[in-house]
Amino acid sequence: MTGSRPTLTLPGPSPTTSGSAPVALTAALRPADGQGAATAWKALLRPPRRFLLSAWPWRALAYLASGSALGLATAIALFVVVMTGVVLSFFVIGLGVLVLVPLAGLVVAPIERRRLRLVDGDPIGDPHRPPPRPGPGAWLRHRYREAATWRELAATLLLGVLGIADMIGLSIAVTAVGLLLSAPLLVALDESSEGPIMFGGWHVDSVLESLPLVPMGLLLLVVIAYLVTAWAAGRGQLTRLLLAPREAESGERVVALTRSRARLVDAFQAERRRIERDLHDGAQQRLVALTVELGLARLDLPPDSDAARRVGHAHEQVKLALAELRELIRGIHPQVLTDRGLAPAVADVASRSSVQVTVEVEVARRLAPEIEAAAYFVVTEALANVERHSRASKAEVRGAITDGRLTVEVIDDGVGGADPALGSGLVGLADRVAVVDGVLTLVSPIGGPTLLRVEIPVR
Amino acid sequence: MTQPSATSGPTALRIVLAEDSVLLREGLVGLLTRYGHDVVAAVGDAPGLAAAVEDTGPDLVVTDVRMPPTHTDDGLRVAVTLRARRPELPILVLSQYVEQTYAAELLDTADGAGVGYLLKDRVGDVDDFADAVARVAGGGTVVDQEVIRQLLRRRSDPLERLTGREAEVLGLMAEGRSNAAIARALVVSEAAVTKHIGNILAKLDLPLDADDHRRVLAVLTFLRRSGSD
Repeated sequence: MTGSRPTLTLPGPSPTTSGSAPVALTAALRPADGQGAATAWKALLRPPRRFLLSAWPWRALAYLASGSALGLATAIALFVVVMTGVVLSFFVIGLGVLVLVPLAGLVVAPIERRRLRLVDGDPIGDPHRPPPRPGPGAWLRHRYREAATWRELAATLLLGVLGIADMIGLSIAVTAVGLLLSAPLLVALDESSEGPIMFGGWHVDSVLESLPLVPMGLLLLVVIAYLVTAWAAGRGQLTRLLLAPREAESGERVVALTRSRARLVDAFQAERRRIERDLHDGAQQRLVALTVELGLARLDLPPDSDAARRVGHAHEQVKLALAELRELIRGIHPQVLTDRGLAPAVADVASRSSVQVTVEVEVARRLAPEIEAAAYFVVTEALANVERHSRASKAEVRGAITDGRLTVEVIDDGVGGADPALGSGLVGLADRVAVVDGVLTLVSPIGGPTLLRVEIPVR
Repeated sequence: MTQPSATSGPTALRIVLAEDSVLLREGLVGLLTRYGHDVVAAVGDAPGLAAAVEDTGPDLVVTDVRMPPTHTDDGLRVAVTLRARRPELPILVLSQYVEQTYAAELLDTADGAGVGYLLKDRVGDVDDFADAVARVAGGGTVVDQEVIRQLLRRRSDPLERLTGREAEVLGLMAEGRSNAAIARALVVSEAAVTKHIGNILAKLDLPLDADDHRRVLAVLTFLRRSGSD
């Protein structure tokens, strides 16, 4: 670690405000790794030796066994709940219980989704969307209307039925393999004369006779390993089919999020304009009218009178107020940006800087207002920082649209070492830029130069 | 300085005024009338301005920039259109904000003769404002000191060579002041002003010229060039 500062990058959502939903969604869609094959299906296609020695048959077994247990528990719980509901249905509470039965999937499905990881490395997300309004009534109505709720119920009922079938099948398979493999031992330990093992009419009563059963057991073990894995994979596939969010559901959510963010920006933008308009049409015009009144009043007063001095003083105060108000409004939303777009507005703000600023912004066309505003305020903030901290003598603003991206850069020849953590302005700007899907980058090694770049996709 | 110029004022002008704020419109009508002018039409939007100029054929137009119908730069656009059609019509544009972009557009019409562009704040300095009205009506050019400050700051290479006093003199020149007025404003002798102006024109590579007005235009041409690069 030397004294120089590395590149600091403020990606879309800044570090302090990360955790926004699209990021979380992306993370949830990334397949898990570290298992060789990603699913039990793929494991089946490997060379037999590698498959048999891998963890997959055991994982499949664990999947089916835990499924059986869960299925049995689910079946019993459902039965109890339904019966309770039916018995109590003479009272209102019983109906309440029955109303909740279709929501059983909401309890079981999350467990099923987690359990699926045993045979399928690709995790599946929650298909449900938050209810539009708070309150239990709204929640219940919303869940009842969701297709995902009913698919989850189907998966739950299926688990109850198939889980029990799994249990029977698994029991038979395990018993058969166990018996075959341990046949010599069983025979040796047995003391009855008829022999412990019987295949149809064939009695196995000596250890020697029982020996061929062991390789049969091994063969059956291999067959069952394949069967169990295939069956578990199939069950997993079915679970995924029922419990994974449909394209529309996850897609809808991203669109909804994007829309709500866009709405937020629009509202923000509209509000700034409204404030600007109100100040312009109200306070500003009144103050100007007041200066006219005061100016005319001065004409009527003897020049050296106290009254004239007082009116003159008031006049100066009003002028200062006007100047302050004008600066305030410029900070909220500059008129020239609304009227003429980015390039003239940037040229204008650059001309106000105390540092000599060269402007090369080649953006002839008008862009979406929120994009123009984001880029404009980045330049404003950057130039303010150049003036305040950089000790630069010169700065340059460059802007162009290439390959559907607006890029605006502010470079100065100052001392560098700008830290976004110190200037809350930059973090706020990064957020603002992120909302229009842009990226803000700051490169400011100690000793300079400082480069602030904003890139925003434009249509 | 505070002596009313109504009696000693120049010729009375027939003025069309466009300003959407009723309060300010009335204030301006009162002000212009006070200085002996005749406001032949006072309108509140851009189409009204164009129509009033058609109907009354005024000596001067005084207009706000931001007006209905779009509440953006409607007034300025009408001003530019009017100038394109009738380059000899003097127009004084008032605005809450002065932007060099707009200044450049206005000055590009008929070489900036008979054009004014002022911050609304200046209206309260009634004598100066009345003076600006008269100068624009007489074919002069008046540009707000704020715009000039922006442009001076911007164009730093040759202008950097000017001394502080010379920059001040240049600013006052660009506002269309005479040598005597500049001398009064800076409390120096007229001879000193003449010397400063000679230095400025030399440093800016502008030819010496006896004509005040052409000199102002030369300065403005220079500033305009700097505003558009």
